[in-house]
Amino acid sequence: MTDTAKPRKEWPLWEIFVRSQNGLNHRHVGSLHATDAEMAINNARDVYTRRKEGVSLWVVESKHITASSPSAKGPLFDPADDKTYRHPTFYDIPDEAGHM
Amino acid sequence: MYAQMVESEGNRGDLTAQERAFQDRIDAGEKIEPKEWMPEGYRKTLIRQMGQHAHSEIVGQLPEGNWITRAPTLERKAILLAKVQDEAGHGLYLYSAAETLGVTRDELFEALHSGKMKYSSIFNYPTLTWADMGAVGWLVDGAAIMNQVPLQRTSYGPYSRAMIRICKEESFHQRQGYAIMMKMAAGTPEQKEMAQDALNRFWYPALMMFGPSDKDSVHSEQSMAWKIKMNTNDELRQKFVNETVPQAELLGLTVPDENLTYDEQTGDYSFSEPDWAEFFEVIKGNGPCNRERLQARRDAWSEGEWFRDGLTAYAEKSAKRRAAAALAAE
Repeated sequence: MTDTAKPRKEWPLWEIFVRSQNGLNHRHVGSLHATDAEMAINNARDVYTRRKEGVSLWVVESKHITASSPSAKGPLFDPADDKTYRHPTFYDIPDEAGHM
Repeated sequence: MYAQMVESEGNRGDLTAQERAFQDRIDAGEKIEPKEWMPEGYRKTLIRQMGQHAHSEIVGQLPEGNWITRAPTLERKAILLAKVQDEAGHGLYLYSAAETLGVTRDELFEALHSGKMKYSSIFNYPTLTWADMGAVGWLVDGAAIMNQVPLQRTSYGPYSRAMIRICKEESFHQRQGYAIMMKMAAGTPEQKEMAQDALNRFWYPALMMFGPSDKDSVHSEQSMAWKIKMNTNDELRQKFVNETVPQAELLGLTVPDENLTYDEQTGDYSFSEPDWAEFFEVIKGNGPCNRERLQARRDAWSEGEWFRDGLTAYAEKSAKRRAAAALAAE
């Protein structure tokens, strides 16, 4: 579609993170296009916090995020499957021991 | 709906092992996330559907934008501005979600401007009076909600998350529209007449939003298997009529359908079909406002080019200046 049009530069994509209230993590809410970080913050305010959804914003240019590959899901996360002893319910403790 | 007659890239014939595994994940209620393997048809159909949905949100600003400068009170104006700004936001959520599938924003705009991609037929109707702002919020947003609520459970993660955000905001849209209708219907006889006239003009176009009857809809089956379409067109249309008719009665207005009857047994209203010939004409580009709407979008894009370029140039210059300052400070 774009090869016939004159080549033009799209504004870079930014990932937007919102802290909904102090005490909570910033959370990814979506993305938007902006020329620079300042504009990304301003646009994020308009796009993602029109109803007091946040008290703080992080913006990160999407190209700076390194994601694990979907095909690495097994090697990365499967080893946790057979380590049930990491969970408190693995251990049988008599009730007499009290809350533990 | 906001996405009508989206052509589905069917899987014709037997599924490969990979396609089977993909379908099993969807059947099990798993979400599909960007960059995971997906059938090419799934990806293409989603781009089409989400793109059309995003375009509808953006073009949908135009009929309401028509009344921002003419709202009857400052409060109504502020509300309408907020609503139209929400529509822009909804378009942006959906464009961003579509971009996770590998299409660019510029490609989507280009497809809208060239007429290659459509937007909902409903936005090709004019908004002639202030009462139309009521009818649009009540009926058009109301019809959109019917489709968007179940789409929160769609199989594609970014689409589902965009729909959840949109649904949170959509209820305000419908309620502000109904509040306008209440005010008009309880006003002078002339105001009530305007409200009735708006209902008369928007009723059938709103019914058309759900798309043609299932028996004529060739794209449903595959999209429903992929959970990118959650209900049939007829199911949603019936639900909309069932919920909307009592709301019209509460307003003291009459739904413009002399065949409207309530079935005690099923709890469903039976109603007249919209004029499907008119629907297909509107889809083809021959509705009352098709040319005007598309031209407004094209003009906004081309007349904003110098501004977008200017912002890009400024950002580049600032980055260079920062780099130079950092170097000097070393």
